[in-house]
Amino acid sequence: MSLDRNLSLTGEAPRKLNHQQKLSTAVGILGLIILLLASFNVQLQPRWMFLTLALSAIAGGIIWFAKASYSGIPKGIKNDGAFLKPMTSRGVVAYATGIGLTGFYIILYFFPELIGLNENGANTGLIALFDPLSQFLANRPASQWFVYGTLYTIAILFFGIKFMWKYRHNRYQRLRTFSVSFFQLGFAFIIPELMARLNSKDFSLPYYDLKNIWPLNYYNFQQYRVDSMIEAGDVGLGLLIFGVVSIFIITPILTFKYGKRWYCSWVCGCGGLAETAGDPYRHLSDKSTRAWKIERWLVHGVVVFVTLMTTAVIYSYLGTDTSKYWLTKSSFLLGVAGILSLIFAWVMIFKRERIQKDAKYAAIGFFVLIIGLMGLHFISSTDQLFLLSAGDLQKSYGFLIGSIFSGVVGTGFYPILGNRVWCRFGCPMAAILGFQQKLFSRFRISTNGGQCISCGNCSTYCEMGIDVRAYAQKGQNIVRSSCVGCGICSAVCPRGVLKLENDKVKGRINPKDVLLGNDVNLMEYVNSKIKNF
Amino acid sequence: MKNIVIIGNGISGITAARHIRKFSDHHIQVISAESKYFFSRTALMYVYMGHMNWKHLLPYENDFWRKNDINLVHDRVKTVKPEVKKVLLDKGEPIAYDDLIIATGSKPNKFGWPGQELKGVRGLYSKQDLEALEYYVPNKKVCKRAVIVGGGLIGIELAEMLRSRDIPVTMLVRESNFWNNVLPDEEAKMLNEHIREHHIDLRFERNLDSIIDDGNGKVKAIKVKETSEVIGCDYVGLTPGVSPNVSFLKDSDIEINKGVVVNRYLETNIDHVYAIGDCAEQKKPIGNRPPIEAVWYTGRMMGEVVAQTICGNKTAYNPGNWFNSAKFLDIEYQTYGWIFNQPQNGDDDFYWKHPDENICIHIHYEISSRKFKGINTFGFRLRHEVMDKWLNEERSVDFVIDHIDEANFDPEFYEDPTKAIKKAFYKKHSNKAAV
Repeated sequence: MSLDRNLSLTGEAPRKLNHQQKLSTAVGILGLIILLLASFNVQLQPRWMFLTLALSAIAGGIIWFAKASYSGIPKGIKNDGAFLKPMTSRGVVAYATGIGLTGFYIILYFFPELIGLNENGANTGLIALFDPLSQFLANRPASQWFVYGTLYTIAILFFGIKFMWKYRHNRYQRLRTFSVSFFQLGFAFIIPELMARLNSKDFSLPYYDLKNIWPLNYYNFQQYRVDSMIEAGDVGLGLLIFGVVSIFIITPILTFKYGKRWYCSWVCGCGGLAETAGDPYRHLSDKSTRAWKIERWLVHGVVVFVTLMTTAVIYSYLGTDTSKYWLTKSSFLLGVAGILSLIFAWVMIFKRERIQKDAKYAAIGFFVLIIGLMGLHFISSTDQLFLLSAGDLQKSYGFLIGSIFSGVVGTGFYPILGNRVWCRFGCPMAAILGFQQKLFSRFRISTNGGQCISCGNCSTYCEMGIDVRAYAQKGQNIVRSSCVGCGICSAVCPRGVLKLENDKVKGRINPKDVLLGNDVNLMEYVNSKIKNF
Repeated sequence: MKNIVIIGNGISGITAARHIRKFSDHHIQVISAESKYFFSRTALMYVYMGHMNWKHLLPYENDFWRKNDINLVHDRVKTVKPEVKKVLLDKGEPIAYDDLIIATGSKPNKFGWPGQELKGVRGLYSKQDLEALEYYVPNKKVCKRAVIVGGGLIGIELAEMLRSRDIPVTMLVRESNFWNNVLPDEEAKMLNEHIREHHIDLRFERNLDSIIDDGNGKVKAIKVKETSEVIGCDYVGLTPGVSPNVSFLKDSDIEINKGVVVNRYLETNIDHVYAIGDCAEQKKPIGNRPPIEAVWYTGRMMGEVVAQTICGNKTAYNPGNWFNSAKFLDIEYQTYGWIFNQPQNGDDDFYWKHPDENICIHIHYEISSRKFKGINTFGFRLRHEVMDKWLNEERSVDFVIDHIDEANFDPEFYEDPTKAIKKAFYKKHSNKAAV
């Protein structure tokens, strides 16, 4: 006898879908087949009708599936069979889905002509199928990004409805899902398309999703965008200023008050997809300490990369003459160095005890590297800041991080690695918000005294791979930079142990004063003795 | 440096081992036949339900034990020879100790029913019980019906597990409402309904008569005592409580009653032998607590306490205010202080239930002094720290109601029941004052 179910001699655990779930899946797949046929240039006329049919089938299939899964049964946690069903436990269909998604991303990013993109004439294939909708919204033919944006929005909206159905007993989950759906539909999809309508010969704004903040939109300060924003007068300048203000002012204030969840699980589009379409895979995240270590190096490495890249890009198009424009190469570099030094000094002076030894070394190393490279500018005469051309840096960042990491791996691997791979290992925005969340925020997950029974639901369902139980069973609050505040740990806890809260900064971390049910004198004694265990 | 041997790697034994390591460099050996690594017994159900895999039940990574120099021995203890300070094993060589901690936990109760040893008749306590369940009850084709004997916390967990695979379940419950020996009628009745909503066939005031053999040594059916009804089934879950797992000690000189008898320092009658957790029996009960407490957190606390004593800081087991929690299918339950199925002599109660939802609170308090004695909540989370403080401060029921919102631990944006609770309480008490 073994707990490995496949070796069971007498029978297997039920792993099949019910009839309605099967039928609804078929309807959804029918929608995808229409899209696939269009990709192979099968003539589907009129296009608007087939497009409507395809998108309705996908949306309807998802909603029907949700109904078949959650209606008519008492509300509550619905994780039965998550590790028994092949789709959510790395079975064959999960791998097939992963490969399919990955292939889609590769075509989308690198071979859009395969699905009919034609920049110099009429689109064909899949992209042409979306032309009627793009014409209607933005008065221009569709692009691969329009196709992607439409499907992405549909995924968030309808898997969002499924998620809200699943968590209908939980108002935090419902509100936050409504919020990401709203921001995706409005800010990422409709508003930018309508903005495109305003563009004319002498007025043109770049695509701007207002909720996308640098460094997530790493391209925001590229020359063509900045030029076009400046040329677009007050509106464009407003957008440019908003872009800078978002990262330096709005973001720190909101993160201080609410933790990084205000962005990562209430606003962000990547988070939005992860929390809705990706929700069935959240338990697949790796909880090992090894994964945690990889995460810290990788995600902070990406921050350094994007900082270097953006600095180099802006540097490359700035001039040297102060009389022409107030911002020059030198003053810009000094400004960047100044900001980085301030942050570095603040952490090292005031928050030293809050970061681990390896993080300290990494911070010192990165800091010296960046400042050193900038120093090169002043002693050498080369135009190539950081030894590489800005163009090369930008291209390799766009390819490695922007496309491969966030898209192909980040989303394509949902069914294999879990739904937050990009957010956890790659997103520089999440890393910056997390850095602040850990050192300067009112947010924490409070642990409820001695009620924890170490069952591990919280850790299992943490999409960010945080071992929540390790803190909860010691009665410690959870203050982790990677926590996106999705609130699922609190939802799945059978004993009411966890609560996401914004409260006073003092008492946020409580390693020395925990109530586990013992009499107080013993706790004092234990706490006085514990040093570094 | 002492040689510490711990029998049992459950929450009590492992907590003791971890804390001894915190405070000393004693040599530590932990013996278990059940599983090599410590796992969360409380989460066994989630593996069967497919919420988790076995690896998620392990709170520490496997090399934690090596890193912390805690030696794991995967073997069964045959007996203990305190006169030579040795533990005898099934397979391995005897192990010598300087200090011995017995932390062998519980075993499911069996009350001598005919057929209780048949195949397909199990409790739900150990890793092996879970494996048996996976073997005898993989799906509803193999198991056409399961019968659960005993309506308590483990019984309802087992029922939830089986229902997650759509297996028809009949529960025989001794009381007239669910868990009514502990819960007041109001809560017990609310649970009756909720359990039935999950299509569990609840039979109250019914006891097991016998378990019937299919001719091959496997269960075929059970017979109900009161009605002589025979219910066909392929699996019987015995969940009428647990008792200390100490029979391996019966030939030793260690004093056994139901459990290993210990004083407040968790010492047995023999020097250098301690007992903690479910298998320990307090010589004198502490407050209202029963002499044997089969609860997760008391095991953990006893582990912490015995580690202090062994490391030279002799410490009495002194549990604070009683608290506990559980989940009945979809309804969470918490309790702080003492509340019984009936108010004790001189006590009165206050009960409030949400008009539509399975949310309620029940408070017991002393009539004369209005002292707050205890609270049950269903579907409403309370902050342990706050409740503990109020119990220590011996607050009045009026104070507790007035400040109940400060103890609200529900997730953000949840409908706040505290206003309705206050309103109901003030209404009841102003009426009384008027009379």
